[in-house]
Amino acid sequence: MTDTPATRAAQATPVGVARKIKGLSDRAIAWIFVGPTIFLLLAINIFPLIWTINLSFTNFRANRPNREVDYVGLRNYERILTDSDIWLNMQATAHFLFWTIFFQVLIGFTLAYLINKKFKGNDLWTTIIVLPMMLSPAVVGNFWKFLYQPQIGLFNYVVAFLSGKDPSSFEMLGSVQLAPWSIVIVDTWMWTPFVMLICLAGLRSIPDYIYEAAEVDRASKLRQFFTITIPMVLPFLMLAVLFRGIENFKMFDLVVQLTGGGPGSTTELTSINLKREAFEKWRTGYASAYAIILFVTVFGLASIYVKALNKVKER
Amino acid sequence: MSSFSVTEPSKRSKWFAGTLVIVYALITMVPLAWIMLTGFKSPADAISYPPKVLFEPTLEGYVNLFTTRTRQTDEFLAANPPQTWYDEIVREYDMVIAGPSKFGERFLNSVIIGFGSTFLSIFLGTLAAYAFSRFKIPLADDLLFFILSTRMMPPIAVAIPIFLMYRQLGLSDTHLGMILLYTGVNISLAVWLLKGFIDEIPLEYEEAALIDGYTRFQAFYKVVLPQAATGIASTAIFCLIFAWNEYAFAVLLTSGTAQTAPPFIPTIIGVGGLDWPAVAAGATIFLLPVMIFTILLRKHLLRGITFGAVRK
Repeated sequence: MTDTPATRAAQATPVGVARKIKGLSDRAIAWIFVGPTIFLLLAINIFPLIWTINLSFTNFRANRPNREVDYVGLRNYERILTDSDIWLNMQATAHFLFWTIFFQVLIGFTLAYLINKKFKGNDLWTTIIVLPMMLSPAVVGNFWKFLYQPQIGLFNYVVAFLSGKDPSSFEMLGSVQLAPWSIVIVDTWMWTPFVMLICLAGLRSIPDYIYEAAEVDRASKLRQFFTITIPMVLPFLMLAVLFRGIENFKMFDLVVQLTGGGPGSTTELTSINLKREAFEKWRTGYASAYAIILFVTVFGLASIYVKALNKVKER
Repeated sequence: MSSFSVTEPSKRSKWFAGTLVIVYALITMVPLAWIMLTGFKSPADAISYPPKVLFEPTLEGYVNLFTTRTRQTDEFLAANPPQTWYDEIVREYDMVIAGPSKFGERFLNSVIIGFGSTFLSIFLGTLAAYAFSRFKIPLADDLLFFILSTRMMPPIAVAIPIFLMYRQLGLSDTHLGMILLYTGVNISLAVWLLKGFIDEIPLEYEEAALIDGYTRFQAFYKVVLPQAATGIASTAIFCLIFAWNEYAFAVLLTSGTAQTAPPFIPTIIGVGGLDWPAVAAGATIFLLPVMIFTILLRKHLLRGITFGAVRK
């Protein structure tokens, strides 16, 4: 082998660099790998978001694309925040959010607690319980409409059978008092398994020796439950509530299929109301401002909540 | 664990817990069982009072789901005897089958869009997840959080500009448009989940491969990918289920050629109102694959639904 500058350089080059020269550098690979994803996110998420912000300051209507567009400043925002109907939608959403989370946490935690007793076949039953939450909310919601039929529906029949009332004497979807509860029932049926699964993970993460130590200290079972089980599961439970909160704030498919927002606007959650403004009344500018308000609300509430969650985790 | 462990629940409490859980499971299954039963009922049985649990099963709902029918005169019916078993079912109502319904097409659209977007999400997601897991990327944490936060937007809010954008680009009601949209929504989930799975693969394997003369890309392809196969498969099923179930974008952005099954099934209408057995038949065919996937996925379920925040 002759002693040329090239071979000397080759010998002096550290292995790491040699490796990089053979292929692309790590840095180039990193950007090639991440690039397409970033591009797609920019195209499908960011660009539309910026466009929505821009539209929210205009009186644009998507069904009249050729009409001249005027910038109206903050007028859309002003009108939304002072509109009493929108506050009614917000209340309907709050009712839905509060009660679905309440029931899902209550039933979900109880189920997880029971499953954690490790009875025979608990895996099989857990899998069965989980099924509803993986299904298409629109298709399932549509079928629940059938179950809720006053004369022929199974739900009314069962309630009538248990309570002795006439099955056609109440309409779950048609009555102003019952409709908000009908959507709570279906959502709870569907999503309780979600809370259950997360609680179960929490319960299983508690090491046995803590209970053994408590037993040695002669702490009662009830005391163990409140001083060990609950605090240890709390971060998991809070995470479940965060997910359910965000999802149900966005709730659209299930409820639109069940009630379509009715009767009147008693179950018109903000997402359904937004759809009406944007795709039925075609007030695109107004709806864009509405969308931004909703986004900021979710984002703000979620950020505050995550801070609280992190505090609980640190304890 | 010793059988005297104080943390092991007593036999009686196990029995009690088991009974309660099984009762809940059975109650929660009733609506799903009812969907499947109704699919095999005749329209009269489906709306009878009291609701029938025992009935004579018929495939009428399934025939109605896949066909369109027309009513014919007695002479026409007498002159054309039924050819097949499904002709005979329809004859009971003095009707003949006029042709296939749109359900097959809509179902196929769900398959194309579901698999297309899943493939794309997994392809791009695996690359990005590997990069986030192994390389120093400036602002990686912010980028990851940002990717996640895009899921907080209500779908209707995203649909407004997408609707306008697609109208401009000619992507409205096309398979490509829906595949790109679902990929855009799914990729955040895919990157988060896959990053978690790849983080768990020890660095040593790749380092050994690199020392053996593999390039970075070969190491990724021949060492990391096989190790991550289970994670990739379960992430793919999650992406598929999301795209399969999605309704809001589908109902707003598709109306014909690219319409998927979820917006279509509720519009199945029979003679004189909704044809519940046909709706139930459609729902059964549509929901069954997801049930099977859920059972396959059960070990990774928790991780998928919490964006990898909870790992068992």
